[in-house]
Amino acid sequence: MALVETNPRPKVHDARQRVWFERIPASYWIVCIALLIMPAFASEFTLYQVFGWSFILGMISLSLMFLGGYGGMVSLVQMSVAGLAGYMVAIFGDSAITDISLGWPWYIAIPLALIVAMVFGTIVGSLAVRTEGIYTIMITLAVAAAFFYFTRQNYVVFNGFSGFNGVLPPNLFGVDWRQSIPFYYLTLFWAAVSYFVVLYISRAPFGLALQGVRDNPRRMAALGYSVNAHRIAAYAFAALIAGTGGILLTWQSAQISPGTAGIGPAIDILVIAVIGGMSRPIGPFIGAFIYVLLKTFAIDILLSVGLSGERFQLLIGLGFLAIVFFSPDGLLGLWDRWQEYRKRDPLLDRSEDRL
Amino acid sequence: MRDFASRHPGWTIIILLAVAIFIWLIFAVWPKELVDVIGRKKVFLNAVFNGITLGGLYFLVASGFTLIFGLMRNVNLAHGSLYLLGGYIGYFVASSTGYWLLAFPVAFVLVAIVGILMQIFIFRRMEGQDLRQTLVTIGISIVMADLMLWGVGGDFYNISPPSWLSGPMETLFVTGVKRSSGELIYLKYPVVRVVIFLASVVIGVAMWMILNRTQIGMMIRAGVDDRDMLSATGARIQLVFVGVFAFGAGLAGIAGVVGGTFQSVAPGEDIRFLLASLVVVIVGGMGSITGAALGALLIGLAEQFGSVYFPTYAVVLTFLIMVLVLAFRPQGLMGRS
Repeated sequence: MALVETNPRPKVHDARQRVWFERIPASYWIVCIALLIMPAFASEFTLYQVFGWSFILGMISLSLMFLGGYGGMVSLVQMSVAGLAGYMVAIFGDSAITDISLGWPWYIAIPLALIVAMVFGTIVGSLAVRTEGIYTIMITLAVAAAFFYFTRQNYVVFNGFSGFNGVLPPNLFGVDWRQSIPFYYLTLFWAAVSYFVVLYISRAPFGLALQGVRDNPRRMAALGYSVNAHRIAAYAFAALIAGTGGILLTWQSAQISPGTAGIGPAIDILVIAVIGGMSRPIGPFIGAFIYVLLKTFAIDILLSVGLSGERFQLLIGLGFLAIVFFSPDGLLGLWDRWQEYRKRDPLLDRSEDRL
Repeated sequence: MRDFASRHPGWTIIILLAVAIFIWLIFAVWPKELVDVIGRKKVFLNAVFNGITLGGLYFLVASGFTLIFGLMRNVNLAHGSLYLLGGYIGYFVASSTGYWLLAFPVAFVLVAIVGILMQIFIFRRMEGQDLRQTLVTIGISIVMADLMLWGVGGDFYNISPPSWLSGPMETLFVTGVKRSSGELIYLKYPVVRVVIFLASVVIGVAMWMILNRTQIGMMIRAGVDDRDMLSATGARIQLVFVGVFAFGAGLAGIAGVVGGTFQSVAPGEDIRFLLASLVVVIVGGMGSITGAALGALLIGLAEQFGSVYFPTYAVVLTFLIMVLVLAFRPQGLMGRS
């Protein structure tokens, strides 16, 4: 049957024959090296405020992307989980509010904070999984609001409206981690860890099962998977990432207050994830970078077009609307479609790969 | 109702008992021991009335929200912004013309037009994509909040009711007995709140009648149950959608005027009322008007009792109710599973 077309280009080598570093795509190398040598030419402000903050917001957003992209559950509670972890570090560890802070050493305070955040995330998750789809947004939004009001009213544990200040990272290895370069590497490290862990889990059996649950919960249940257990486990894992991000966020500004985890920031996390794209873990980091750039430089942009700098929210809102309207899967979706378009054979009007 | 009683006799007895105690608390002259435990009856009665009237306001906001959700599966997170817009429109109409009553139709019509535009130009293009619609409404609420802040500023506005509605009125509820003469003291309550509450009851009953007794209502109920089948029978479903969206948005606008008269219009109120209607419809059950009424009453009472008897955690109490309902009846009190 010579008429049957076979693919004449065996382009893909057997992955096992290649050396390990050949298997990593070139773009990873470029981004990795660029990020590692960034302190050589970026200013302190850029490192600390732009990149540090982007990595942190990206991590919190990544936890939402994990739930939303792989689990199909858009949860607005991730910022509250992050805020709770920050609070716990301030309460168990050191802060300027010595009446409440217990002053325990970091190797107890930080794991404890993460555990508390995970427990909270799991409880919220087990409530939220009782409902589906858009209901999840509503319930998690309501829980986020409850968290905000609770921390604002509670003075015994959460120190009410003013929260905690003077929450500093431990002086580990004799480094002051709030200096711009150490902080940059600290946030970069944890952002990279969470990125690769999410990437790994998305290909591990648990992640695949989770994606199966997202696509067809009934079929997965019929196959013997516990749908709710997978979803709740996803919430627990996402809480771990969000909690890590929350602790870094608290260290970055050296304070935590109800406003940090208010309703506005909770929605901002969703905005970040949607702008970047929820299909792959890199999306939230792209979104966070754009968000931080906008937030930092919006005043200049707005002043240059003759508006006052207060209209930042308008800019963010319009950008968000445009993204949702024209590319529901965010900037990643735009990129994917552009790639598709580039590969398209103009004569066949289809992608070259799919012969 | 009878079904519920025969299926859950235990719960029915508990609910009836609670209602009976509540009614006794409202009508009886409190003995001294009770006053010592939970405070004066006047405080209690005021909390009850404020809770019920606040529930009326919540019902106005939440019924539009639940109607839109029930029919179009559209979680309109911009509903709070529509409320705030209605409040601002009401304030400017009332203060520039001097007619408080005129504020209601104007706010209703203008906000309904905004709703129609939203439905035609935005939501119709992404029909059936629940998540995307919700995200768009979040974007709209961010943009609208900032535009209103830009246009009106961050001040508090208070819509003042006309003179014939201001001042207190005597009610039939006893708050106590005068020690000197043995006369009964009756509760005094602001007229405007009573009138507005009655109006919201009338609106609620009218909505229920329209939904259950007219042909349009029949179409809407059919649409809630099965949208595709309704359009297959030849009903002009897009028209129904636009109508329901306009009506729901207009109700939010009216609620804005009411809220501006009860309390005040200011930035941030949009999120507050969005959350209130979220909690109300989660508690009451999605897409159910009776559920919205029940939920609004519960949440209004909880908020007022919370702020009187344990002020620090008043807000948390409402969310606690929501969590309990979710844990034991995820579809809401009146929702169908």
